[in-house]
Amino acid sequence: MKASVGGYARATDLRHALDLLAAGDGSARILAGGQSLIAALNMRLSTGDLLIDINRIDALKGITCDGSRLRIGALTRHAEIAVDPLVARHAPLLRKATDVIAHAAIRNRGTIGGAVAHADPAAEFPACVLALDGIIHVEGPDGARDIPAADFFVDVFETTIAPDEILTAISLPVAEPDERQVIHEFGRRSGDYALAGVCLVRRAAGHRIVCISVATRPELATAAMARLDAGDPDGAVAALEEALDPPSDTQATAAYRRHLAGVMLRRAVADITGETA
Amino acid sequence: MTLDFGNPDRPNSYIGKTVPRPNAARLVQGRGAYVDDMVLPRMVHVAFVRSPHAHAAITGIDATAALAEPGVLRVLTGADIAAVCTPWVGVLAHLKGLKSPPQHALAMDRAVWVGEPVVAVVARTRAEAEDGAALVEVDYDPLPEVTDMMTALDADTPVLHADMGDNLAFRRLHDHGDVDAAFAAAHTVVEARFKTGRHTGVTLEPRSILVDWKPGDGLMTAWHATQAPHMMQVVLAKHLDLPESRVRVICGDVGGSYGIKVHIYPDEIATAAIAKIMARPVKFVADRLESFTTDIHARDHEVTGRIACNADGKILAFDIDDWTAIGAYSVYPRTSAIEGNQVVNLCGGPYDFANYRAQTTVVFQNKTPTSQYRAVGHPVAVTVTEGLVDMAAAKLGIDPIEMRRRNVFADDAYPAVSPSNMRFEGLSHQASLQKLVDLMGYDALRADQAAARARGIVRGIGIASFIELTNPSPFMYGIGGARISAQDGCTVRMDPDGSIVAASSVTEQGQGTEAMLSQIVAEGVGVLPAQVRIVTGDTQATPYGGGTWASRGAGIGGEAALQAARALREAILTVAGAMLQCEPATLDIRDGSVVDMADGADRMPLAELGRIVYFRGDTLPKGLPRELVQTRHYTPADYPFAFTNGVQASYVEVDTDTGDVKLLKHWCVEDCGRIINPQLVDEQIRGGIVQGLGAALFEELHYDAEGQLLNGSLADYLVPMAGEMPDMIVAHVETPTLESTLGAKGAGEAGTAGAAAAVMNAINDALRPIGGEVTAMPFTPERVLRALGKLQD
Repeated sequence: MKASVGGYARATDLRHALDLLAAGDGSARILAGGQSLIAALNMRLSTGDLLIDINRIDALKGITCDGSRLRIGALTRHAEIAVDPLVARHAPLLRKATDVIAHAAIRNRGTIGGAVAHADPAAEFPACVLALDGIIHVEGPDGARDIPAADFFVDVFETTIAPDEILTAISLPVAEPDERQVIHEFGRRSGDYALAGVCLVRRAAGHRIVCISVATRPELATAAMARLDAGDPDGAVAALEEALDPPSDTQATAAYRRHLAGVMLRRAVADITGETA
Repeated sequence: MTLDFGNPDRPNSYIGKTVPRPNAARLVQGRGAYVDDMVLPRMVHVAFVRSPHAHAAITGIDATAALAEPGVLRVLTGADIAAVCTPWVGVLAHLKGLKSPPQHALAMDRAVWVGEPVVAVVARTRAEAEDGAALVEVDYDPLPEVTDMMTALDADTPVLHADMGDNLAFRRLHDHGDVDAAFAAAHTVVEARFKTGRHTGVTLEPRSILVDWKPGDGLMTAWHATQAPHMMQVVLAKHLDLPESRVRVICGDVGGSYGIKVHIYPDEIATAAIAKIMARPVKFVADRLESFTTDIHARDHEVTGRIACNADGKILAFDIDDWTAIGAYSVYPRTSAIEGNQVVNLCGGPYDFANYRAQTTVVFQNKTPTSQYRAVGHPVAVTVTEGLVDMAAAKLGIDPIEMRRRNVFADDAYPAVSPSNMRFEGLSHQASLQKLVDLMGYDALRADQAAARARGIVRGIGIASFIELTNPSPFMYGIGGARISAQDGCTVRMDPDGSIVAASSVTEQGQGTEAMLSQIVAEGVGVLPAQVRIVTGDTQATPYGGGTWASRGAGIGGEAALQAARALREAILTVAGAMLQCEPATLDIRDGSVVDMADGADRMPLAELGRIVYFRGDTLPKGLPRELVQTRHYTPADYPFAFTNGVQASYVEVDTDTGDVKLLKHWCVEDCGRIINPQLVDEQIRGGIVQGLGAALFEELHYDAEGQLLNGSLADYLVPMAGEMPDMIVAHVETPTLESTLGAKGAGEAGTAGAAAAVMNAINDALRPIGGEVTAMPFTPERVLRALGKLQD
């Protein structure tokens, strides 16, 4: 199929992008890395879109750290996150995630802002950002807004970002000295979306668990987190499996996804405790 | 005529050596010319409105909105196409009882699978054609669909084609010996049920065709990604009411075929019909979704098999009940019964046993039609056969290698006839098995497996012997009434500069046909391969022939090329003898020069001979033959097929928590007779193995009960990728066919034939000690885990 696009405009700065978005009157779409959007357009899952290309907006690029928070511009490519020393030091979960996200060509183009805004429950970065208790920064006609990750993801491909807003950055608390962050997922082939995955963070305030590909959005697995805080990994696995109601599709049944999530949690726990699962 | 292939120091010794591919540099530089690259003056594009229903009556078509769309030139229905294009029926006379209704290029009053073309929209660009197609309104009245294979013949299942009487397309029973008595007297009987997943070929280049009709010339030209240009010429001529001579099919670069591109597709024929209606060039290139819903599918089989053995593991009998569902039409003109027929022909193939019963039942259903895909029927037959052999060996406590040693045909038993009436000229099961054992270090691998298990790591070794059908004679299609040539030809000519042009009727699909031909011609004439240019894929420029399918290019097309090249050599030496005043028999051609046969002394470059013949023929004796163009043809005649054989092994590791199967290593020993280009043969084997591994672990088309395809994208239909592929060790035993001078058999099916069975046996070898068995492909992690009883719903 050939894409049927309504128009294309390259935004020169954030203000320009917001103006274009407003002028699009609901049919404008933000084009960042295009690794989901262009594929959808090429399958005519969406037609007539007015594409607003934000790739030239410097204000959306770059990774900075002010000592307590790591700020990652929305246009930061997966491949940049993979090699950035600040990310490796302060948010190692993101660096580890880049090992399992798709293929090199996709990582070269795909952006963290695009991945988070797209809110695919099978994607790694949305789960990571929630597991790390991050904040999503957006900009709209009325100014900036900071949305905690816990309040951001609503449903499949659905977030609390308003139609006239643009995701500008995400920020994360820097990892504590003893903090552990791991991601374990299982896919059919290298680079495939995971059938199930687990992000596990252990920090002073307690464990944080967010699963991949088993729900309609990234969610904290609070019951399993409580069991891990209580030093009960078996209970955590049982609690996680109990809490999940994953989808069935041609790749895996709900029962298998639930089982896999438990296996991945067990392996993640073994990873941070240095034991073999 | 003899050639001492065994002597690596013979002059012009290119046959048997890895010679660079003449077209590789061009393709790597991105200068391939595929149909999609072709642009003609006044060319338009067609997109198809396809049925969203598995089975529905078409009650109305409204093209008003589509015709108003910018760029849309024409909208055509089934009736519009039928006015210039007759329907076809995919049956062959020798497949007794095979039935199929007439099939039109576009559905007429009824659509019978999701994806069947219903309306054609022609526009200036493909995008505009798609815009128009989205606006065509088709009214459907859904009809009850037939989607389940095993209940297709039940009394309460609707009959898909009322005038066919029932949903049975074809049934064949082969019964040899006394199977029931053998089972009754057997020491050990094993029965199992196997499923092979419905999958498809996934060519990198999708199906593509560009057709022009010039009424002034009365000539239709089709640029087509096809394996069989002459077959296409026949079909286009027949159904568009043109003389065969007024249809020219040109096949340039092709990006993979695997059997997908040897069939008649309704959208491609519709494209040709539209070209005739509009009298201008029309292009159709399938997109990936169209590929998944309309490229032929294959391998959708459910098989119950039984094996009977005596106490020593000697196989007494096989009893096979094969079922397959083929969609709503038997595919034209090769039919959809060949795959099931092959299962009957090939089960038990490597083994010397006495009693054999096999039946295939081929039923209609409302899904994409199935037909021949690489290694037709082989993977099904090998899976069933080798699965049963391993299960029997395990039950008897016999090592799988030893079990095969006791049962394969002995290497000195040929010629032989199998219980399925297959005739074997010469195979090498015993030598191949021994070579495999040595190659993989079988005993050491068993030790490694045991050591791993002691560490809690679950590994398994699987073996799969197989036979492979290649070099088909007219017994495959011609005998059934199809105008599909089993003969191939090659015309070889010498130009004035001493270079050689060879035009062959076998085609290049990206697998290296032209490299193979260039080295055969180089050796046959006596020139450097770089001095040979190859022409393929043009019905107007090459000899008539079958093309490339069923592993026939090297064995049949290669033999024709060798014969033509040797004839040209004789013709050149006749002229050289006159010019040099000596007996032609005392001369030879080496590296592009005429030399003395005895000592290789240089007598005359071919360019000098060319100069005299073409520009100063007056200096040669009047009446001296100077025919520097020679054509030869070849058809296998002694045997219906040249069977080859081989054996594969797989070493896997199973993660018993996730069910994941990791392919650690894979081995294949095969015997394709004379090897012309070792690298090309090894890559054929490896590529074939990858497709077999795809069947084993990844590839499966999923349908719901209403006949909707659920995974028509490369995100959801998993093709095997490099990351999951194991190292593959390939070795050969060479038993040349004595039927041809070249001695080559085919090598294209072997890898695919045995790989999936080897993996299945390896997984089951791994699972057996902990309890579990898998027989339904693909062996997904979930299926493996369920086999282990580790998953509760």
